[in-house]
Amino acid sequence: MGSRKSKVGWYLLFTAPLLIIFTIVVIVPFLIGIYYAFFDWDGIAANPMEFVGLENFSTLFADDRFMQSMWLTVLFTVLSVVSVNVVGLAFALLVTSKLRTANLARTMLFMPYLIGGLILGYIWQFVFLDVFTLVGEVTGLESIFFNWLNNETFALFALVFVFTWQMAGYVMIVYIAGIQGIPGEVVEAAKIDGASNWQRLTRVTLPLLMPAFTISLFLTLSYGFKIYDVNLSLTGGGPANATELFAMNIYNEIFGYGNYGYGQAKAIMFFIIIAAITLTQVYITKKREVEM
Amino acid sequence: MRLLRDWSKEILLVLMALIFLSPVYIIFINSFKDRRELYENTLAFPETFSFQYYTEAMEQMDFFNAFINSMVVTIVSVAFIVILSSMTAWMLARTGGKISTIIFMVLIATMLIPFQTIMMPLMQLVTGITNNLGIQLYNTLSGLIFMNIGFHAALSVFLYHGFIKSIPISLEEAATIDGASKLGVFWRIIFPMLTPITATVMILNVILIWNDFLLPSLTLVDKDLRTIPLSVFYFFGEFTIEWNLAMAGLTLTIIPVVIFYMIAQKYIIKGVGEGAVK
Repeated sequence: MGSRKSKVGWYLLFTAPLLIIFTIVVIVPFLIGIYYAFFDWDGIAANPMEFVGLENFSTLFADDRFMQSMWLTVLFTVLSVVSVNVVGLAFALLVTSKLRTANLARTMLFMPYLIGGLILGYIWQFVFLDVFTLVGEVTGLESIFFNWLNNETFALFALVFVFTWQMAGYVMIVYIAGIQGIPGEVVEAAKIDGASNWQRLTRVTLPLLMPAFTISLFLTLSYGFKIYDVNLSLTGGGPANATELFAMNIYNEIFGYGNYGYGQAKAIMFFIIIAAITLTQVYITKKREVEM
Repeated sequence: MRLLRDWSKEILLVLMALIFLSPVYIIFINSFKDRRELYENTLAFPETFSFQYYTEAMEQMDFFNAFINSMVVTIVSVAFIVILSSMTAWMLARTGGKISTIIFMVLIATMLIPFQTIMMPLMQLVTGITNNLGIQLYNTLSGLIFMNIGFHAALSVFLYHGFIKSIPISLEEAATIDGASKLGVFWRIIFPMLTPITATVMILNVILIWNDFLLPSLTLVDKDLRTIPLSVFYFFGEFTIEWNLAMAGLTLTIIPVVIFYMIAQKYIIKGVGEGAVK
């Protein structure tokens, strides 16, 4: 016992099963994926793979549809990050107040996240299609309540809307954890010093919530960039490709048009952009966290 | 006066939450209406409760089969994830040195890889393995479970690792001196201590795996292998215009989620909070 050999044996017994599966499912495909990105290939094993070097990557920047989907994704993500976090934080502040129904409200507000993106998209498809038009007719506010999904600009807002509905309850939970972590004495001290509700919120609560901001910005940024399920079931990328976001564009390029090499180059680019943006965000917001 | 103001706040909060959930309510009430009633007034309460569309939707979605498939995939995947990732995390956390650090770092770093980046090569790999080695990873539930374990390994090991670091090592040392083997120490002493974080790992993975659409859609071809999100997708592909039927189908898929939520509500909110904050 305790010999080097048996130590290695135990180590492998505990870690190898998971690490082997992980390597096959994540590491190897990632490496093969980088390799494929340098080839022109239609995905059929019998057909030749032609090495094209960096050509796939340079083509990306001249590809209007891709650049449009990239721009749409950025726009969607920026709007979503703001809207999800504003709504989520407002919910969190509401349900941490000393109301008896706070727990019930919290439970209800979290519900959409559990239902799952694909199904949420279908639910809202009906709401936009039928309920929005009905509300528009009844109230006369037809410039606000109409079927957003048929309009190239509003379809993107519809996506932001539904994504906010899905994620607000989730980031609410993150903010609740943050708010409950703020020591009561600090808030009390501010009260005694005569700070108003607004001052307590902006000078005490929000600065001390920076760690929660770091997390929920990271979550909404990366989820927003990767959105696919809701996109597919709510708009399907339409009308006229006006909501074909990054993830869907990659899927269509590879499995829709059969451009495996080119689509894979997009997929690698997708990874680089997501990694760069989320790491930068975490670095910036981490620096602004207040030490207690 | 004060009391009245407090009560109006309470009511306002519940009202806000109800409005927030109104789309679910709209889907629910309309699932009982026939086509005429549906288009006459979408927001009205149904005149009669007809379950006709439920039976039809159930049949067309092959609902029971999809439900069983989803259950099998979710339960078996999560069981494997819990067992394998807790064992791995414990070894990595308790065995210092370069190798453990490197393995842990690699696991964490891969969390930045979006699924779209590896979906195509992964499908090439699993079809290759299935065709050439005869190991049925493609188009089987066990293959999907295998891939689920790989995809959710990183987050789960990360969560377990953080938790294990916070428990003192002395208990394990005492057990080792008493002659317990590593397996004995882990399963008898460590694993029971991990219960709170195991609950978190289970809940996060249940939500992700139950609702996953893209991976099953790429790997499951046979109709009778479809999970719930897959069957909803095909159901809508075929019956978009028939909204009454569609809404019965949507309600059907939400029911299991609501039941799960009602049973484990406390743990779900707590688990999600912890999973996100760690």
